[in-house]
Amino acid sequence: MSRYSRHIVLSEVGPQGQALLSSAKVLVIGAGGLGCPVLQYLAAAGIGTLGIIDFDVVELSNLQRQILFGTSSIGMNKALAAKNRLEDLNPTIQMNAYPEKLTAKNVLTLFDRYDIIVDGSDNFATRYLVNDASIITDKPVVFGAIYKFEGQVSVFNYLNGPSYRCLFPTPPKEGSVANCSEVGVLGVLPGIIGSMQANEVIKMILGFEHVLTGKLLCYNSKTADITTIKVKKSEKEFEKVHALKDQLIDQYPESICEINVEDISAEDALNKENVQFIDVREQDEYPQIDIPPNLQIPLDILEQNLNRLPPEKEYIIFCQSGVRSKLAVQLLKELDIQHCYSLRGGALAIVEHLKIKT
Amino acid sequence: MNLNIKYFGLLAEISGCTEEKLEFNKTSVSELMETLFEKHPSLREKDFQIAQNHEITSKEMPVTENEIALLPPFSGG
Repeated sequence: MSRYSRHIVLSEVGPQGQALLSSAKVLVIGAGGLGCPVLQYLAAAGIGTLGIIDFDVVELSNLQRQILFGTSSIGMNKALAAKNRLEDLNPTIQMNAYPEKLTAKNVLTLFDRYDIIVDGSDNFATRYLVNDASIITDKPVVFGAIYKFEGQVSVFNYLNGPSYRCLFPTPPKEGSVANCSEVGVLGVLPGIIGSMQANEVIKMILGFEHVLTGKLLCYNSKTADITTIKVKKSEKEFEKVHALKDQLIDQYPESICEINVEDISAEDALNKENVQFIDVREQDEYPQIDIPPNLQIPLDILEQNLNRLPPEKEYIIFCQSGVRSKLAVQLLKELDIQHCYSLRGGALAIVEHLKIKT
Repeated sequence: MNLNIKYFGLLAEISGCTEEKLEFNKTSVSELMETLFEKHPSLREKDFQIAQNHEITSKEMPVTENEIALLPPFSGG
């Protein structure tokens, strides 16, 4: 027990409190800016069962803030990379990595296996899915969200408290609120907000009185100002979710991974002649792929660059792992470019294939 | 009455400040919003909640407190 001696000497924790932490089961949604510090502190604190779900891979531009990962993790799935690192930090706990997207199909079974859900996601669709599933499965959610230099923290659906929908009833219009990759974020900020989330998780498990429920904490890292805003429970918002329970799957679009477009393996793609490859990743994404003829047009400006793509040509679209390329193929087909395929597994699959060949 | 309006996140970028003083002579929160939309037109298209004296309020409520906050949802993580 010397691993936890600094916890155990605290009269508010003691051996009983540490035993509560050891028997707790916490699921962390997203191993990104918020998820990384949450996972690090919860693993170190000896949370008995720690789940991590993330479908994304570690990129070079993540390392500025996602300090659970190192350069050697680049290209690895985040949930698996996090598990690897955390097993060294604390091999005595059970770590479950889910290298997949959280969807309406898997969310309820997954939530059922845990006591507390931590929301470290980076988009509204997932945040509302987490909210609705937490109400259906009756699990508390430790919420955190960031924007540039500011963060929000709260505990929802805890001891009859309000939910995320009691604060923000409906998701904002798609694209009206930018994410970190578009607007940037101060690297330390998710460290602060994620640590606050980890702190709330531990307080809940230990049964502390003043859990951050019924209020939203707003932190500004530029001014060091903290403002808390009271949020009331709205029964109406809970009823709405319960009423939609059976339609949960219809409420949320299928996972992007399940979009049905024509795809092609790395091997077949590289053997094809007279095709134009299009890399739809951002400029700084790693690994760089140099297979001619290769155009680099990030997904968000693809439509504006349509004039560079003669419609009679054949195109193979790739991104990092094969998600954005599916969206790109869908978009190009709508824009009347018929001969285009999504490269399965993206740049990572190309690198793998080239490795096997040499 | 003399109000202190606080802007969070993107809303502070639109208004150009994190807080500002405002002399307000009408009654409801929705009238206050109209005044703010005239001052900062881009606010109108944004999603946010309004708090009075550190408590979420609704547009139908009268403005009774000096401290007003405009809170947008953040998605980043």
